[in-house]
Amino acid sequence: MEKYLSHTGSVLPLRRSNVDTDQIIPAVYLKRVTKSGFEDGLFGAWRNDPEFVLNKPEFAGATILVAGVDFGTGSSREHAVWALQNYGFKVVLSSRFADIFRGNSQKAGLLTVVIDQSEIEAIWSAVEADPKTHVKVDLEAKTVTYGSKSIPFAIDDYTRWRLMEGLDDIGLTLKNIDSVSSFEESRPSFKPKTLPALS
Amino acid sequence: MGKTLAEKIWADHIVRQHEGEPDLIYIDLHLIHEVTSPQAFDGLRLANRKVRRPDLTIATEDHNVPTLNIDKPIADPVSKLQVDTLRKNCEEFGVRLHSLGDVEQGIVHVVGPQLGITQPGMTIVCGDSHTSTHGAFGALAFGIGTSEVEHVLATQTLPLVRPKTMAINVEGKLKPGVTSKDIILAIIAKIGTGGGQGYVLEYRGSAIRALSMESRMTVCNMSIEAGARAGLIAPDEITFEYLKSKPHAPKGADWGAAVSYWKTLQSDSDAKFDVEISLNADDLEPFVTWGTNPGQGLPLNSKVPNPAEISDPEARGAAERALTYMGLVAGTPLKEIKVDTIFLGSCTNGRIEDLRSAADVLKGKRISKEVRMLVVPGSARVRLQAESEGLDKVFLDAGAEWRTAGCSMCLGMNPDQLAVGERSASTSNRNFEGRQGKGGRTHLVSPLVAAATAIRGTLSSPADL
Repeated sequence: MEKYLSHTGSVLPLRRSNVDTDQIIPAVYLKRVTKSGFEDGLFGAWRNDPEFVLNKPEFAGATILVAGVDFGTGSSREHAVWALQNYGFKVVLSSRFADIFRGNSQKAGLLTVVIDQSEIEAIWSAVEADPKTHVKVDLEAKTVTYGSKSIPFAIDDYTRWRLMEGLDDIGLTLKNIDSVSSFEESRPSFKPKTLPALS
Repeated sequence: MGKTLAEKIWADHIVRQHEGEPDLIYIDLHLIHEVTSPQAFDGLRLANRKVRRPDLTIATEDHNVPTLNIDKPIADPVSKLQVDTLRKNCEEFGVRLHSLGDVEQGIVHVVGPQLGITQPGMTIVCGDSHTSTHGAFGALAFGIGTSEVEHVLATQTLPLVRPKTMAINVEGKLKPGVTSKDIILAIIAKIGTGGGQGYVLEYRGSAIRALSMESRMTVCNMSIEAGARAGLIAPDEITFEYLKSKPHAPKGADWGAAVSYWKTLQSDSDAKFDVEISLNADDLEPFVTWGTNPGQGLPLNSKVPNPAEISDPEARGAAERALTYMGLVAGTPLKEIKVDTIFLGSCTNGRIEDLRSAADVLKGKRISKEVRMLVVPGSARVRLQAESEGLDKVFLDAGAEWRTAGCSMCLGMNPDQLAVGERSASTSNRNFEGRQGKGGRTHLVSPLVAAATAIRGTLSSPADL
């Protein structure tokens, strides 16, 4: 995974709450067996509307998505994260994320940052007034800055360290694989096994 | 201080605990399907890793598969590639797979319980958010993304931060015609789609205890629609009785040892939940959603809400958008809403009891000429059981379609989809925009309401017949 220290870019202001993963990428786009090429399905239904914010030329090239509360609810599809990344987004800001979406983002290297709804509204207004507004999301300093504003955000130290070092979770766990083996030795015998198949 | 059920299961699965790090949690069962696994198997191949415990892993084909003509090759080449990829991966990595046409094939969350590999006190994961279904057995079960699928395949563990706990106490007795689907829709309407975010929900109280295993699965299934990754119910005699005859249930001395352990899986009387909420079952009515998220639900006797009367600006905006998308006018009685399609099925309501209850309503009647009704059993076993009871005949005689098992119109990945502007009464779990097909409009309902609606053509309960 790529190391993440900070990112500066322009913003796509998505003034919607409860953006579920079926909106981020509808199920019909989930049939691929790769992690790439999902950008064509990003906000698949909404982008048919020429007025949808993703279609507005002034926001083209945005790399920071700023969305309403409860972003990423619903299905566990990591394709939603890949679709955002494939399209070019590096960061999503919201006042609350769904658990699974946030977990998926942190595994795949898409930074999700929680800030207050009032700060989200302020960024929306600033960006709508001047789409060229650049926002810096600094993981090292734990701040979101634009213009003269600097907004601190919280993120747990472990996740932050992992993202900043670009570490692979599986590699980290495999370093402790002996503890998995000893745990397995003490598992009760009544726990079910899928093999051999019984029916 | 005592522990909650979720805390007990968590404690029993800690492989490694280290200050400042997530706990490393052992996974007892990993369920797999074709949509969220291909990239995970690819990752294993790239890193030259194998599946650590194929004997704790099981796969089935469900999301993408057709529910008609399953003896023929899958027509959509992209769907076919995904299903073929699962078959190839399972073969290569030694994972047990129940393919289309196999008697054990079906929706992954229907298959696990009916095989008896879902048991109390287990940790269960799947790359599907409705894994919470298995919580009905007193298991800690939750959906994961593809990166986590790969992690579990490689290590049989997951690094996780311990969630907070929320007790949902449902006391009282349901009126006839009110089901566990109505309980969970009412809970989601009460706490909202983000209300359970960060929590494991434990459903408790006399109304929950009185539910059958299948009804409990319906409740736990939709925990994710309240934002909770997992929801569970303490196991009891109903749980043990359900499991006893299942193929993978513990046998002989193991059965006794298992039941002794399972009986300890209760929240202690002095356990403290981070949050407690309650719901009165006596007052519940059949529930139906009117909007585009599962929290936008009301009793069937209500009217479409007026966004202008909603004080929270966020909720008001969401309601306005939802009414526009749904093509509804504020103040319309919900019972006057005409539907085009009835979908009976899914991991929420595609089990044998669901089919029986709908068939009871439909027996000897015809569905409205204005509607089509799809009945999609949750698994091949459910389909066979229904046919042995003659339920298929009841549905066909009523004018419904009798299909083969899969996720089908719940998410419209296969050809079973709503057309633009079409409106469904659906026993599934999500009424998101376009969920059942681009431009489709979904009202979530119980199997009883689905059946009554099929007959009348407008949202109805059996009491309206």
